[in-house]
Amino acid sequence: MVCLIPGLLTGTVSRLTGTEIPTLGTPLWSLTLQHLGLVLVAEVVVLLIGVPLAVVVTRPGRAALMRLAEAITGLGQTVPTLAILALAVPVLGFGAPPTLLGLFLYGLVPVVSNGIAGLLAVDQPTLDAARGMGMTDAQRLRRIELPLSLPVLMAGVRTSAVYNVGTATIGAALGTGGLGTPIIEGLSQQNTALVVIGALLAALLALSLDGLLGLAVRAEE
Amino acid sequence: MIELRHLEKRYDDPVTGQPFYAVRDLSLSFPDGEITALLGPSGCGKTTTLRMINRLIEPTGGQILIGEHDAQSLRPEELRRQVGYVIQQIGLFPHLSVAQNVATVPELLGWPKSKVQARVRELLALVGLEPDLFAGKRPSELSGGQQQRVGVARALAADPPVLLMDEPFGALDPLARDKLQEAFRDIQQNLKKTIVMVTHDIDEALKLGDKVALMGAGALEQFGTPDDLVRRPVSEFVRQFLGEDALLRQLAGVPAGRLARPGDAHGLPQISQDLNARSALSVMLRERVDTLAVTDESGQVSGVLSWSDLERA
Ligand SMILES: Nc1ncnc2c1ncn2[C@@H]1O[C@H](COP(=O)(O)OP(=O)(O)OP(=O)(O)O)[C@@H](O)[C@H]1O
Ligand SMILES: [Mg+2]
Repeated sequence: MVCLIPGLLTGTVSRLTGTEIPTLGTPLWSLTLQHLGLVLVAEVVVLLIGVPLAVVVTRPGRAALMRLAEAITGLGQTVPTLAILALAVPVLGFGAPPTLLGLFLYGLVPVVSNGIAGLLAVDQPTLDAARGMGMTDAQRLRRIELPLSLPVLMAGVRTSAVYNVGTATIGAALGTGGLGTPIIEGLSQQNTALVVIGALLAALLALSLDGLLGLAVRAEE
Repeated sequence: MIELRHLEKRYDDPVTGQPFYAVRDLSLSFPDGEITALLGPSGCGKTTTLRMINRLIEPTGGQILIGEHDAQSLRPEELRRQVGYVIQQIGLFPHLSVAQNVATVPELLGWPKSKVQARVRELLALVGLEPDLFAGKRPSELSGGQQQRVGVARALAADPPVLLMDEPFGALDPLARDKLQEAFRDIQQNLKKTIVMVTHDIDEALKLGDKVALMGAGALEQFGTPDDLVRRPVSEFVRQFLGEDALLRQLAGVPAGRLARPGDAHGLPQISQDLNARSALSVMLRERVDTLAVTDESGQVSGVLSWSDLERA
């Protein structure tokens, strides 16, 4: 799939636009995989940090902490991506690290806010019964709260992953590679077809990721 | 035996600091193997009392003894696994099957899988749910009455000696409630659990309670058999709470068959032995007689019921 689609796409776009498409230093399928890798690595870190964060701030008696977490993650999304990357480069240098930092910060927002919403939506009688049956806090979390909030959390993960497929294209400007490469090459060579190919591949990647995660959720139910 | 000694729960108003006693100086023994109905008006502290027994609420004073143990000496989770709990809103776990719901406490206690499975089937059958039909269903696929049955099965799963029930039949329509009350009374006849049952329904307390503890504003007003409360109220509060028709309410919980005695039934209006005594009284008034013929399930006359027999209810 990953190898086939870029090839087919190149042919089609080239014929449609009537432009010759230059070959890039790295083949498109490899750029696609690179792109996917960036997004997945960021998403794993987002989950490892975002889910525990949502759990911690939704424990009883931490309303203030929860509002703080929501405010900070909300703020994260209002800062432009470019600004984050620009600020990160002086510290982290060029390449993958600043891109991953940006992806992490953007991906964290929907995961944390959906995680919080999902955990808060577990209704009181259910929690009360769990406590009354003699579950410890940890057992209640694992057996009741997390499974019940999973659908809402997964919706956040989908949003986060789809956003980040888009955001990751900017990484090419920092030399991270990925599907931003044909876009930037296309812009500098004034080759629209190349730009279109990069954008289309990114969109396809986002759609298939969304679809796969959707299937995973449905299989869980 | 569960014993409450000078139990107290105080809440201090967060603004004024004024103390408010949800429960105050409550001393009470719940007899072994019997149902004690914890009855009282809304807000009098019934739920608070119940939840202090399994430490979902920590008392601010006094002591709770469960068997020989002071409730405070046990880990709360440990304690709760030994005390069945049926909450008012049922609170089944929506993402788990009926069988998984019932298996909750045995699993927490680490029972082997085969034993848990056998126990689940046994309990579903006990509460009148065909195991093959219901074990795999989700709570959302059940009626309110069926859900409440699962709630009772879940509370009984690990065979706890003590069962706490907070308005277990409150959320049901009258017909379903009657049926479940009957079923529950039969179950208890075999199990002989020590049951504390919170209710604000006087009929339910008189019908199901071996003993009734009537609370008012955080304190105990009277503890005794339903008969004690109905016929020998210790205070104006008790008399008023039960109402002038308390005797009729009590009659409503007794089947006519239980009061019938042998006698000449010739020419008397007939009633079924399953009819409750209050309805029997109503038939007497309607028919302008003071004695009725009582028939058994086959329709044969099995005895007579007179006006004076009703006093023995
Ligand atoms: N966390 C709390 N803080 C302050 N007051 C409380 C708290 N919980 C309960 N109360 C008060 O304690 C009193 C007893 O409450 P409880 O829930 O035990 O009543 P109840 O007898 O079960 O009533 P109902 O029949 O309506 O369920 C009520 O006046 C209630 O407002
Ligand atoms: Mg209550």
